Amino acid sequence: MTAFVLPPLKKKLTQPDLTSNTGGIISPNPFWLASAPPANSGDQIKRAFDHGWGGAVWKTLGQPIQNVSSRFGGLHFRGTRAIGFNNIELITDRPLETNFREILEVKKQYPKHAVIVSLMVETEAEWKDIIARSIDAGADGLELNFGCPHGMCERGMGSAVGQEPKANERITSWVMKYSTIPVLVKLTPNVDDIVPNGMAAKAGGADGVSLINTIKSIIGVDLDRMTVEPRVGAKSSNGGYCGAAVKPIALHMVAALAREKDFGLPISGIGGISNWRDAAEFLALGSSSVQVCTEVMLRGYRIVEDMIEGLSTFMSDRGMTKLDDLIGKAVPTYSEWGDLDMNYETVAKIDADKCIGCHLCVVACDDGAHQCIHPVAGSHVPVIDESECVGCNLCQIVCPVPDCISMVEVDNGYAPATWNEHVAGTGTLRPKKGVHP
Amino acid sequence: MTNQLPKARAESVFEDYKPALTAAQATVEANRCLFCLDAPCITACPTGIDIPQFIRKIATGNVRGSAKTIFDSNILGMSCARVCPVEVLCVGDCVYNRMGQAPIQIGKLQRYATDTAFDNGYEFYEAGAPTGKKVALIGAGPASLACAHRLRRFGHEVIIFEKRPVVGGLNTTGVAPYKMKADRSVEEVDWVLSIGGIDIKNGVEIGKDISLADLERDFDAVFIGIGLGPDNHLGVAGEDLAGVEGAVAFIERMKLGPISVPGGRGVVIGGGNTALDAVRELLGVGVPDVTMIYRGTEPGMTGYEHEWKAGKVEGVKASWQTQPLEYVGEHGQVTGVRCIKLDDKKKPIANTEFVVPADTVLVAIGQAKLLSDLASLDGIRRDRSRVLIDADGFTGRPKWYAGGDLANGGKEVVNAVAEGRDAAIGIHSFLSGGVA
Repeated sequence: MTAFVLPPLKKKLTQPDLTSNTGGIISPNPFWLASAPPANSGDQIKRAFDHGWGGAVWKTLGQPIQNVSSRFGGLHFRGTRAIGFNNIELITDRPLETNFREILEVKKQYPKHAVIVSLMVETEAEWKDIIARSIDAGADGLELNFGCPHGMCERGMGSAVGQEPKANERITSWVMKYSTIPVLVKLTPNVDDIVPNGMAAKAGGADGVSLINTIKSIIGVDLDRMTVEPRVGAKSSNGGYCGAAVKPIALHMVAALAREKDFGLPISGIGGISNWRDAAEFLALGSSSVQVCTEVMLRGYRIVEDMIEGLSTFMSDRGMTKLDDLIGKAVPTYSEWGDLDMNYETVAKIDADKCIGCHLCVVACDDGAHQCIHPVAGSHVPVIDESECVGCNLCQIVCPVPDCISMVEVDNGYAPATWNEHVAGTGTLRPKKGVHP
Repeated sequence: MTNQLPKARAESVFEDYKPALTAAQATVEANRCLFCLDAPCITACPTGIDIPQFIRKIATGNVRGSAKTIFDSNILGMSCARVCPVEVLCVGDCVYNRMGQAPIQIGKLQRYATDTAFDNGYEFYEAGAPTGKKVALIGAGPASLACAHRLRRFGHEVIIFEKRPVVGGLNTTGVAPYKMKADRSVEEVDWVLSIGGIDIKNGVEIGKDISLADLERDFDAVFIGIGLGPDNHLGVAGEDLAGVEGAVAFIERMKLGPISVPGGRGVVIGGGNTALDAVRELLGVGVPDVTMIYRGTEPGMTGYEHEWKAGKVEGVKASWQTQPLEYVGEHGQVTGVRCIKLDDKKKPIANTEFVVPADTVLVAIGQAKLLSDLASLDGIRRDRSRVLIDADGFTGRPKWYAGGDLANGGKEVVNAVAEGRDAAIGIHSFLSGGVA
């Protein structure tokens, strides 16, 4: 197998066309604000558009609610603040008239940017009314909030709908009766399998889906007061978990729908997207646009400059001229375990010049893997017993020095063979390593 | 290459005082940045680089974009990363200082991003559509280069007149070689010129080969970026002895060619930043015994504290509150500086005369002002030491703009870049029919 080589960096950037189309919702780039506090008002969204955001999903409209103090909690880990985040805030607390007036203003001032209105109401009559008002205000699309996992679901809305495919399909079909603009159904991750829920949106006639909404969570416990966080007086409630830490969950759910043959709807990807790399990953797994909330709450609208520039440079360096050159490109590689090549073999190599001698790889391998990295007397660089290394990646993951440990392919002479082929009697598997019999 | 420098240059013996970051180091450091809003580091930067944004881009792997953020504000961002006194500018104002934490190494991160852009040959800028307007720039130092590049982006035709054979001004001839060497400065000039259409005419001296009146007649605007003149001297006996030299002249010789420094004892007169460079440079080229003679006190010196600390660590001695009286010598060669101690009011103290032995004496007490060269131009505002400009670099005489040391009295490269850039914006506004 030939080594994987990155294409050479281009001296001159060829600006790719970042125009995004998600089920008929067109935006100048794929970066949207998710329906959340950063998209709460017209003034905020105008500032976001000035910074470069291509679209915004307006904070969910419905019967305005009243919120509590405190609303947010952060998960801090090894000195990094808020790698995870949760909230117990509900939908808009501002009068509907105010929201619709501001939507109208924003669309007048930014006709080319996408304004998608997130909605959450109960009865068919209410849906009919709020859809008509959204369209009158100039919305480019609707997003049905079937995902909120706290507060609203206790009132029979949000994830109470998203967790029940029949309810999802029924309400989506109501909406499709009344909407003349594209409709995305926002899905909740608080389900055992995302696919039936995506299929329900499709059966209801939706133009696309967006996912994931937040994950049902308790962010922590105040051990001094012995109360759940974020604390509201003497109590708290479960909230919606989001931020960088949820990205892998979101990537899986996006990919699960993207690879589903019978699905085929456009996807707006959401969940832990903090920079252009995250966005590119969501696009590669089938998203047509991406939505961001938490990183904007933590660092502001100005992060979009790097997102646009980083994505453009990435695409330019690889000769990609439009988003379709990237969207879904990694989906075919998402496979069942039984179809993986069991004879593909890698071993870890340590770059002695880069090693700083922390021995985190040694302890990780000893206590957490297959006991094949050993300290060397008189040297700060450990040695890897390649005859026992199973190629698990743990040492590379724990190593604090970039590019110090690499996983190197080994040509073991075995033809590719999957577990499924082995079970069917058509493949020969290489001997196991690291078993220590 | 615009200029060929001799291969054998005395400066070659110096190593970087602040070594470059590896990619791994840069990523770790970039991730420490808090991405402050209205960040104090931006305010502290004379060119106003969006520092948090360029650092975030390093953290995400968008190093090309990072370099562009830097160059958009400061086209000489590569050399400024090396030569800026970041300790008193961006780094000194990092919010981490208030937390008692090590501030972000902004200069080193800027060097990482801009060096990466240079090494990969990234191209960022194109000249604007031709406007038919012609601008002359006098002097090929940082101010003029920054002005010329921005003028080209606006589409104006640009000619730089430089009386010397080298380009880059003090960036090439004056920067301490443990910060940047002459060849890197010349490479940077080449990179600036790669926008195309900037014509540098070396060996053309204004007032001799071409007159100010010619420039005024033949060009739509003129930018003066001639910097400062030769080293000032004390005017004491013995100045003609061999071994007594202006510090700026010495530094230029060291940067542009081989030199020999006889004897083992060096003296530098002065307490500013040129003096602080000179003492470390004498040590570096092999003079083991170096003394700085300054009329003021240690806390009162005008040079940067961090530079003096570095000199002390390297072994420089100082004689504070000391006034040189004359140079003494034998057979035409200097052998020492006769001095007298000063009191707190800088008055000589009787019977305190002494001789500091020296084989080399570098005089770093400032440089001549070149204002007399401009005397024929009525309307140019000036005081005793500077041409006075407004925020657009305008001098008060229509068509005439200025920036750099000539206008600020002698500041950092980054100040010259800011003034050159802003003058280009002023000139463009003037040429586009705006208010001069």
